[in-house]
Amino acid sequence: MKIKAFAAIVLTLILAFSLCACNEEPQRGVGMDVEIDFSEDEAEIEYEGNYTKELAGTTINVFNWGEYIPDGTEGSLDINKAFTKLTGIKINYTTYESNEAMYSKLKGGGVSYDIIIPSDYMIERMKKEGMLKKVDTSSLSNYKYIADRYKNLYFDEKNEYSVPYCVGMVGLIYNSAMIDEKPDSWGVMWDERYNDDILNFNNPRDAFAVAQLYMGYNLNSSDLSKWDSAAEKLKEQKTILQSYVMDEIFQKMEDGEAAIAPYYAGDFLLMKDNNPDLEFVYPKEGVNIFVDSICIPKSSKNYEAAMMYINFLLEPEIALEIAEYVMYASPHTGVTGNEDYSLRDNEYLYPAEENYPKVQYFSDIPEEIRLYYERLWEEVKLH
Amino acid sequence: MKNTSVKNPKPKNYNPIICTPYTVWSVIFIIVPLFMVAYYAFTDKTGAFTLANILEFPRYAKTFGISLLYSVEATIICLIIAYPLAYFMSNMKAGPKRMLSMLIMVPMWMNFLIRTYSWITILARTGIINTLLGKIGIGPLKLINTPGAIILGMVYNFLPYMILPIYTAMLKLDHSLLEAADDLGASPFMRLRKVILPLSMPGVISGITMVFVPCVSTFYISQKLGGGKTMLIGDVIEMQFQSAYNYNLGASISLVLMVLILISLAVMNHFADKDDEEGGGLII
Repeated sequence: MKIKAFAAIVLTLILAFSLCACNEEPQRGVGMDVEIDFSEDEAEIEYEGNYTKELAGTTINVFNWGEYIPDGTEGSLDINKAFTKLTGIKINYTTYESNEAMYSKLKGGGVSYDIIIPSDYMIERMKKEGMLKKVDTSSLSNYKYIADRYKNLYFDEKNEYSVPYCVGMVGLIYNSAMIDEKPDSWGVMWDERYNDDILNFNNPRDAFAVAQLYMGYNLNSSDLSKWDSAAEKLKEQKTILQSYVMDEIFQKMEDGEAAIAPYYAGDFLLMKDNNPDLEFVYPKEGVNIFVDSICIPKSSKNYEAAMMYINFLLEPEIALEIAEYVMYASPHTGVTGNEDYSLRDNEYLYPAEENYPKVQYFSDIPEEIRLYYERLWEEVKLH
Repeated sequence: MKNTSVKNPKPKNYNPIICTPYTVWSVIFIIVPLFMVAYYAFTDKTGAFTLANILEFPRYAKTFGISLLYSVEATIICLIIAYPLAYFMSNMKAGPKRMLSMLIMVPMWMNFLIRTYSWITILARTGIINTLLGKIGIGPLKLINTPGAIILGMVYNFLPYMILPIYTAMLKLDHSLLEAADDLGASPFMRLRKVILPLSMPGVISGITMVFVPCVSTFYISQKLGGGKTMLIGDVIEMQFQSAYNYNLGASISLVLMVLILISLAVMNHFADKDDEEGGGLII
């Protein structure tokens, strides 16, 4: 018995190693010296900016959201590789999953990043705390492509610290096979007819935003009683709510497990691919918008290379790749004006001027208000 | 570790070289973290001493009650399933015995989160069970996002921790004692009550501990199978660290929870010791 078991283990190991070996690059045997050119069509891109190799050999540390840049998968262009090829600057790329995670890593010190891409309210906070370097937009030859709508925003009124990268708005996703009307208000998330069919965000800021928008409040209100009544509204909703979710929204909406959920327009497009019954609307009360922008932290040690990287990301061809991959709205006029852009006429990402929803940004909320609503959120969850 | 232990002579097998790694390990990963929890629990954001965090606990009394209730239910269900199973398993022939213990062990090789997540696809309204029921004309049942689903998740995930200790205890049962009971005219029920049960008690206590403790403090199961609507005390703690960034409150709830668990285990062991003359039950 023992010998058999031993033999089985040995055989398994041999099999495993031989499989590993198969996955490695084919070995160059005699007469098999074939060079394969992997450069594909990258060389065809014409860049507008001026890229030199004078910084070749240096490295920049890029800290970005996960899955927020084309990386060569699914037929996309590997942006970082293309940049390294063009300039010789190496990229050390790492990702984070929330603004707060990124912030605490930088705040903690001991790290040096050259590029970060935070959201609006986080830029406001980091700017206030002196954590950002100025970005000299006048020296970026491609900055001219940024649409005016995304310039002079509240968190960077003089466009000194940030360059818009992606834009998204939260709307209402609904399953037209499960709901007979065409909702136009956040009120549908309180409609008892859809008991057990409704999802809401599982984080306080976004969940409160839905109630605040419905009630016509400011998302960044400093009036505590407004937060109280929004919390009451959420408690009221909880009785008919199916669940509080984040990423599970994808699966639950695609499977028809739930009928109504708030989420980002770009993500809705992905869901609709898998379930054509899904529809999207920007409720009339207004929606929450975010703008993620490229910034250079104070800790940056390679400013020149970082600027070159920003300009590279603003290249019309590169920005197009990014917009196609990320599927959020692009602030880049070179993309939105490009006929090859598959989402150019998408009414959800780029609503026509007359249909453009009322938007509200999140702003950096004072600590005492944050603690207050965190406590209210706990009450809602314990309710 | 110096030679101060004149009063308590070192155990026979004590070997400093072998023991050092464990001592270092437990100091770094058990003692120090415990002190950090205690430190955070009794301080506020500025680091000043305060009892405010501890005094917050009554706010979560109801949640704690629910956690306790669900955990007790899950533990009882685990015990009811595991005890007979462990008994029959210990009496099986070597082949089937190995097979069965593999079947119990193999799911544990998979990540706990994935195992829990897979229950969503089974219990969901559009999930496997409801699809099958739909085929025979029974409308979709509400299976997921219910207390039942949470308890099911607990039982499913922690059942092996109940089976294995009881099974080990059963293996060690001296069969001559069982034969003696038979010879002396005990009915099978009597034999179970007077011989098997007391002798397997250390395994039962150990199993209850290993199921009950993780159940009380679990947070993932309730979020996924309860839809994030039923909060357990573990969820409250997780929330303080993950989203509310209130480490002090989170630490204080953990500390109170730890103390309450210790008390309930002490009570349980106290009763167990009465049953078990040898006092060999393992604790925690």
